[in-house]
Amino acid sequence: MTEAAPERVARVVLVDDHRMFRTGVRAEIGRTEVTGIDVVGEADDVESAVQVVAETRPDVVLLDVHLPGGGGVEVLRRSAPLMADPTGVRFLALSVSDAAEDVIGVIRGGARGYVTKTITGTDLVNAIFRISDGDAVFSPRLAGFVLDAFAATDTPPVDEDLDRLTQREREVLRLIARGYAYKEIAKQLFISVKTVESHVSAVLRKLQLSNRHELTRWATARRLV
Amino acid sequence: MAASDAEQPAYRKLYRSPHGRMLGGVAHGLAVHLGLPVAWVRAAFILLFFAQGIGGLLYAAFWFVVPIGIGEPAAAGGTQWVYVNGTFVPAARAGSFGEIRKGRQRSVGRLRDLLQRTFHGEPAEPAEAPTAVPQQSARGGLGQLFALLMLVVGIMALLSALHIQTAKPYVWPLLTIGVGVALVWRQADDSRWQRWFGLEEGSKRRSAYTRVGAGVLLVVAGIVGFLVLQGSGSTLASVVEAALAVLAGVLVLVGPYALRMWQDLGAERTARIRAQERAEIAAHVHDSVLHTLTLIQRNADDAKEVLRLARAQERELRLWLYRPEAAAEAAPDTLAERIRSVVAEVEDLHGVPVELVCVGDCPMDDRISAQMQAAREAMVNAAKYGGGGPVQVYAEVEGRTVSVFVRDHGPGFDPDSVPEDRMGVRESIIGRMKRNGGTARVRPAPDGGTEVELEMERADD
Repeated sequence: MTEAAPERVARVVLVDDHRMFRTGVRAEIGRTEVTGIDVVGEADDVESAVQVVAETRPDVVLLDVHLPGGGGVEVLRRSAPLMADPTGVRFLALSVSDAAEDVIGVIRGGARGYVTKTITGTDLVNAIFRISDGDAVFSPRLAGFVLDAFAATDTPPVDEDLDRLTQREREVLRLIARGYAYKEIAKQLFISVKTVESHVSAVLRKLQLSNRHELTRWATARRLV
Repeated sequence: MAASDAEQPAYRKLYRSPHGRMLGGVAHGLAVHLGLPVAWVRAAFILLFFAQGIGGLLYAAFWFVVPIGIGEPAAAGGTQWVYVNGTFVPAARAGSFGEIRKGRQRSVGRLRDLLQRTFHGEPAEPAEAPTAVPQQSARGGLGQLFALLMLVVGIMALLSALHIQTAKPYVWPLLTIGVGVALVWRQADDSRWQRWFGLEEGSKRRSAYTRVGAGVLLVVAGIVGFLVLQGSGSTLASVVEAALAVLAGVLVLVGPYALRMWQDLGAERTARIRAQERAEIAAHVHDSVLHTLTLIQRNADDAKEVLRLARAQERELRLWLYRPEAAAEAAPDTLAERIRSVVAEVEDLHGVPVELVCVGDCPMDDRISAQMQAAREAMVNAAKYGGGGPVQVYAEVEGRTVSVFVRDHGPGFDPDSVPEDRMGVRESIIGRMKRNGGTARVRPAPDGGTEVELEMERADD
């Protein structure tokens, strides 16, 4: 991440197999002097994505879930070394699909957040900055999926700590699903925005590390919106 | 009807009749084919049978060679056709004789039409007449045995009639071969076997193999028996060797071609399936997406209409693409389904995007229905007064409690300041929830906008 006075600039790579969509996103968020987003690369399949990300080392990769050559999950798998260090590359899943298994798949693959393609330019810019700051970004729908996945209690969890959401985390997720912004959640629960962020990050970690078998099963068996 | 009689082509295919038959429906089918009363045909068969069994042989031969035909009568609720006064009528009509006489010309014409349709179409095996299966399976199985017996008797009678006494030892091997061949050839008429033996789809293939195997075995046994009887049993080994050598030679020569043909067939089949699937997708895209795009082009300057069309189309396509087929068919009347349709309705009516997140699901009951009506009202309010931004709806089933949150990002309002005469919120939302044993809260959202919370316990099962 580059600090450019007076505003920050986030370096972003767009990965999507639809050129029109990339062009649209670039036009929407790519005006660096206004949005602070610098689009440093584009890719349209797994192969080129892995390559571009490795070369440019952006702050955030906007990653489409459906990609030729194995999908977003494959990009995440092959870019895992880049994500390892704390200032490393971060991925934000951006998809037109809101099929649960797609979404949960990329999140478990290491993406730090998930937004749908109907998101507005402003929201997307905010999400990118939040991700580049190390926070997780949950859309209401993702929060719903996560609540749904963790609500299934038919088998005992393998790891109690990981496989359960705390009451607070659940509350936070529920508020996100209800359309609350972090700031609003903080107000509602009388906690700081930082605390909200840490709850969300904790949920993300649980989601990525949780070895509940039924998570995958849930995702495939789930009725999809 | 004279007209249909005149149009009747001279050539008709011969099928066995599945209706009103005594054995295999051969006499019936022949009678229909030749335009003779069935009794005559039957009599002819019986007479011929006494003429040294030729009748039986003929009947059996017809039985094996002529496929069974199925007409509309079976499809139309398994009407039984009976023979009355020289013609076929449905059993239901056979009771009222006078009417038949009057309407005879008509029913004959109709029957002819029917038969024509039947005979000129493919002999559709009766996937459409499953009700007839149970009785027919037993009868048909016995009939088949009987036919085989008849074949045996017929052949023996024929042989003895022809005075080839010397050939008598060969009768049994020949018969064995015949039965084996019949078994294998009957394989072609698979669905009938399936019906007779009440086979499940899964075991069909296995039983087909069994039958072909049994047939081949019988043929081989017959040939071996033939050879043994002929006295060449001692040289059986060398004969078999020679036969195998020839067979191997043929395989080597023909094998590659056969293999290629097999592969080509497979490839062709795959291609056909793919083409079909593609056609289906194309049809769907044409019916939905293309039409919508056309409408959007036409309404390009009406932003609201364009939005509405695009949203409706997106929803529809999404449903089609991402919803598993099983889920689409199973129990459409659940909370998730219902609220989804409510959301779609409100979106379309008011042109405001409504984002739905649904956690858990449960069957609908009266209370939840009332809650859905209240939720709909809340969504409508949010769409109307929410400033045009997206309305967020969150529904959750937790144990027996169903909660629905409807939130907008509008200017917000104070529920206490709502005048007494405004019925929308007070009656449609709060009142309705209360009457059905639930609670409703309307409150300002933290950063502007309004949130309606609806909570309801599910009714006892």
